[in-house]
Amino acid sequence: MRQSLFPHPKSLLLVLAAALLPPLLGVIPGIPVGYVLYLVCLALIYAIVALGLNLLIGYAGQFSLGHAGFLAIGAYASAVLTQRFGWPFLLALPMAGLLTAAVGFLLGLPALRLSGPYLALVTLGFGLSIPQLVLWRGELTGGAGGLRDLPPASVLGLELRSESAYYYLVFLVIVALTLFARNVVQSHTGRAFIAIRDSEIAAQAMGVNLTRYKTTAFALSAFYAGVAGSLYAHLIRFISPESFTVILSVEFLTMIVVGGLGSVSGSIVGALFLTALPEVFARLPVLKDFKNLFIVVFGAVLILTILFFPRGLAGAWSTRTRPIPPPAEPAARPQEAV
Amino acid sequence: MPPLLQLENVEAHYGRIRALKDVSLEAAEGSIVALLGANGAGKTTTLRVISGLLRPTAGAVKYAGQRVERLSAEALVRLGIAHVPEGRQIFPELTVGENLRLGAYTRRDRAGMEQDLQRVFALFPRLRERALQHGGTLSGGEQQMLAIGRALMTHPRLLLLDEPSLGLAPLLIQEIFRVIQEVRGQGATVLLVEQNVHMALSIADYGYVLETGRVMLSGAPDQLRANAEVQRSYLGA
Repeated sequence: MRQSLFPHPKSLLLVLAAALLPPLLGVIPGIPVGYVLYLVCLALIYAIVALGLNLLIGYAGQFSLGHAGFLAIGAYASAVLTQRFGWPFLLALPMAGLLTAAVGFLLGLPALRLSGPYLALVTLGFGLSIPQLVLWRGELTGGAGGLRDLPPASVLGLELRSESAYYYLVFLVIVALTLFARNVVQSHTGRAFIAIRDSEIAAQAMGVNLTRYKTTAFALSAFYAGVAGSLYAHLIRFISPESFTVILSVEFLTMIVVGGLGSVSGSIVGALFLTALPEVFARLPVLKDFKNLFIVVFGAVLILTILFFPRGLAGAWSTRTRPIPPPAEPAARPQEAV
Repeated sequence: MPPLLQLENVEAHYGRIRALKDVSLEAAEGSIVALLGANGAGKTTTLRVISGLLRPTAGAVKYAGQRVERLSAEALVRLGIAHVPEGRQIFPELTVGENLRLGAYTRRDRAGMEQDLQRVFALFPRLRERALQHGGTLSGGEQQMLAIGRALMTHPRLLLLDEPSLGLAPLLIQEIFRVIQEVRGQGATVLLVEQNVHMALSIADYGYVLETGRVMLSGAPDQLRANAEVQRSYLGA
């Protein structure tokens, strides 16, 4: 079943609008264009993590509280490859994704035997251990001081030093990864994920190979986080263990719940929303004096979402976007009570 | 002709707890075989061993002349063993149509899948009416139909049914049992786990009574019905 790249004209418009964002921002007076674009880049990078996390949690039903760890692996892999080994960025980016995917595959192995809170604890432990590993291998990773002055991202010799140039890079990556995620969830693999999420026993009885698809889900999800990590490292051009705390993992989780579990577009909406939120709060009078207020706000947003939009923001304004195959023959019989 | 399915001295454990001890049974091709017994007797475990969801710790499972107790559930589905698990286990977030398509998960022959989809819709017209509804919105009886239909989408040679009548109204139970007979009429072999002994014996060709993980008794339905022990324990006579 072939589908057009952009199934809805709405999403095509959205992509066009996003492509025009930097020049449009420049027109509005009084806006710090560079800073806003930097924030948008950060939000989109988090959105990439959220996309991957949603494949894992929202589709395959496997929990993770350790995605900041995957982000860290991708960031450090890309930083070390470009800075120490002189790899071009364009090679380091996919390599960061693949290395992280390999780690994700390994973390998927305990998931074969664990579920629910136990899996959450294992992934939490994983997320906690990555910054410790970074400290331990200080000669490679820079230890607590982190890695500074990372080379700027460059594409075919062109250095992406300006925020708007970097924005276009991140934008292209997220468009590609969004389309890929869409295809995955509508594929054979996506149906296997959903089957495992809804009933492991039935999935197995239908011939779905649990080992293969659980590890695939973890590897795929980690790949997204790894690519995001690389983009993160070359956006900030400084990384340290403190950038990848458990709080960040919880934020990713909040993003997909607020955006909508099992929704590709919801992952992006949630990430944009929750990255913008602390920025807005930091600018409000009075409230800006409360440090870390945004963590409380995250909690409140999470609770409100679960109460009022159980399908997330994406579910709140589109009831259903997934195409449904029509029945083979229209129902001709009158309905009977059961 | 050797039977389609043969269990020889099968033993199975959950951790250190032994659930099956020395279970031997067989099912001839095209027959309906009932597996009876109280809760915890090992009926569900027996099905899980046959469909590869649980590895037996001893004994042999032979299917179509081949030892299969070491094969994965996935491989067994491809060989034609379909398991309708206890409690239906449909995919509630997917539509009825998607549930059925997932049943054909291991298949690549589009024409055959389409044919089986029509066969399922012919057996359960209700499922065609509800094709676009989410599985979770169906009534209990419809969910059971969906679970059976989903299993039929694998085009099974051996259909394992675990308590298909559980929690259903009498009329629906009759409907389900009618379909079981029809499926057998189309050539499949059925292994039926049931608490509803009356109904099970009314359509079965042969029956086994399990008790605490062993086969206590077996025979044709008439023999089992005539047995004093069966009458006392299961038929309320």
